[in-house]
Amino acid sequence: MSRIGQTFAALKAQNKKALIPFITAGDPGRGMTVPLMHALVEAGADIIELGVPFSDPMADGPVIQRASERALANKIGLKDVLAMAAEFRKINTTTPVVLMGYANPVERMGYAVFAEAAKAAGVDGVLTVDIPPEESAGVADVFKAAGLDPIFLLSPTTPESRVELVAAAAGGFIYYVSLKGVTGSANLDMDEVAQKIATIRRHCTLPVGVGFGIRDAATAEAVARIADAVVVGSRIVSEIETSPESEVVSRVKTLVQDLRRGVDAASK
Amino acid sequence: MKLTDFPDSHGHFGPYGGVFVAETLMAALDELRVEYEKARNDPAFIAEFEYELKHYVGRPSPVYHAKRLSEQYGGAQIFLKREDLNHTGAHKINNTIGQALLARRMGKKRVIAETGAGQHGVASATVAARYGMECVVYMGAEDVARQSPNVYRMKLLGATVVPVSSGSKTLKDALNEAMRDWVTNVESTFYILGTAAGPHPYPMLVRDFQCVIGREAIVQMQEQANRQPDCVIACVGGGSNAIGIFYPYLAHPGVKLIGVEAGGSGIASGKHAAPLSAGTPGILHGFRSYLMQDENGQIIETHSVSAGLDYPGVGPEHSWLKDAHKAEYVAINDDEAMAAFHDLCKYEGIIPALESSHAVAHAKKLAPTMKKDQIILVNLSGRGDKDINTVAKLSGITL
Repeated sequence: MSRIGQTFAALKAQNKKALIPFITAGDPGRGMTVPLMHALVEAGADIIELGVPFSDPMADGPVIQRASERALANKIGLKDVLAMAAEFRKINTTTPVVLMGYANPVERMGYAVFAEAAKAAGVDGVLTVDIPPEESAGVADVFKAAGLDPIFLLSPTTPESRVELVAAAAGGFIYYVSLKGVTGSANLDMDEVAQKIATIRRHCTLPVGVGFGIRDAATAEAVARIADAVVVGSRIVSEIETSPESEVVSRVKTLVQDLRRGVDAASK
Repeated sequence: MKLTDFPDSHGHFGPYGGVFVAETLMAALDELRVEYEKARNDPAFIAEFEYELKHYVGRPSPVYHAKRLSEQYGGAQIFLKREDLNHTGAHKINNTIGQALLARRMGKKRVIAETGAGQHGVASATVAARYGMECVVYMGAEDVARQSPNVYRMKLLGATVVPVSSGSKTLKDALNEAMRDWVTNVESTFYILGTAAGPHPYPMLVRDFQCVIGREAIVQMQEQANRQPDCVIACVGGGSNAIGIFYPYLAHPGVKLIGVEAGGSGIASGKHAAPLSAGTPGILHGFRSYLMQDENGQIIETHSVSAGLDYPGVGPEHSWLKDAHKAEYVAINDDEAMAAFHDLCKYEGIIPALESSHAVAHAKKLAPTMKKDQIILVNLSGRGDKDINTVAKLSGITL
């Protein structure tokens, strides 16, 4: 079983839900990412999503776009992100790391070369936002062969007929983006999300994580009641953006601790 | 599979094209694909499209023998396909009418568009007014500044123009922002994509709507010269005017097809917008094609005097035609394009768009190497009124 599978199994045994925070690698500075990753774990993260910066993040809102621009200004490329994951692994051997980004940096490196390097760096899963299952023939298999879980998105606009297709290609967990729109959008209709998760579970045995629109302990708790995992991105990246550099780690830690309390409250 | 049978059912032109978008857009693209498939086989849809092209756009656009320019360049005879004479002043309107009719057929009341030079934005605002739709145009903040007359035109036509300040503040960033709008408002909104690029089915449907250029030219050349040209030259940014004239000519293997990219300050300088001439394949904006990118797969900034060519990618069918050696792609520098711009003003009384001036500039290089009874057909994709501020500024003149 993959590290992601083990994590979900262990949480299930304790009747707990997963908290998956997202940060963009290299934001706000090259040296900040690994300390931030450890801080996320200390604050209660079960899995870490590490964003790979890209010049044209089409599916992201302004908050994560700006994080990507800051990271690119720090000259962070895919190789640097892999080096950060490897450094994190020197100390932490249990918390899964999922890389999230766009196709082109991976395409440029070469899918097989990337898969091998990512595995060697201790990466557990890969989500390439703009490679849907229809275009992933070969790619998902290369990832799986290297022992990486290919993570796929499902959205409110995904028809039921596609859910099965996505589920067949996916590994690790399903990432349900609970809002139409880009990352960082507002308003979450919990009943609609619950209905969609029920549809997903009819076609898929993988755990279901929900992201987009989770901003505080209360929304985290509401999502944790219906999903297996709560993914929080823009809210954390926004905290990084607005904190003085000396306080980034402590402020992010406080925020994630609060989100953790929300997630755990759902299991009580 | 014949070359004209592409793309395949998944939108692939060999290794290029495809559907590389986030899950949120998959259903919308599928809906569009299904609806377009019905529309292109619906005689009523085609009849309305053709009616609009004739009576609203003013087609067919003439093919014109530029005799003085040919004499000046001293070689082959140069003919111009006058897309600059279309309503709104460029080939862009052919496509926006087709897509607006599709939008109406799909019951979408709101259309969005991205624009570089502003020509596609104006063409989108125009058809939105024509068919009574709400229109939002995304435009890079840099382009808003250098193409202010077009910004005002769009506003006059009732569109909302949104300046985009992320990234390089040009066409690619406007495209990102339009995609984000579409992801958010996917049920109510039709995205009128301006060039033969983006995820499937856009490269195919934009090509199909633009093919009227080549189909007309084939008939007109026969009428005027009793033969087809030896070569056809068109500028390539995203590549919609080029594919529109090239595609019908693929059935005429004796006709050489040449696409002209923006060489900016020269390929060697690195400051250009010529992915086919100096780029590598990659994935951007929903499709695989040649791109301007660095060794980490990040998209690099492009440079061109012409806002409409200032784009780091190119339509996937051009990548495919390049690899299959069915078309040749070259680059023309800013100063060469400027010289050709002035030539056409001076010798033919035609003010061409800076984009189209790149195609004229290549004809200037090629004509002297050809015989006087040979023919070059240049697709004059747009008129240059929008560029007079840029040209004046580069000539050190304050208007």
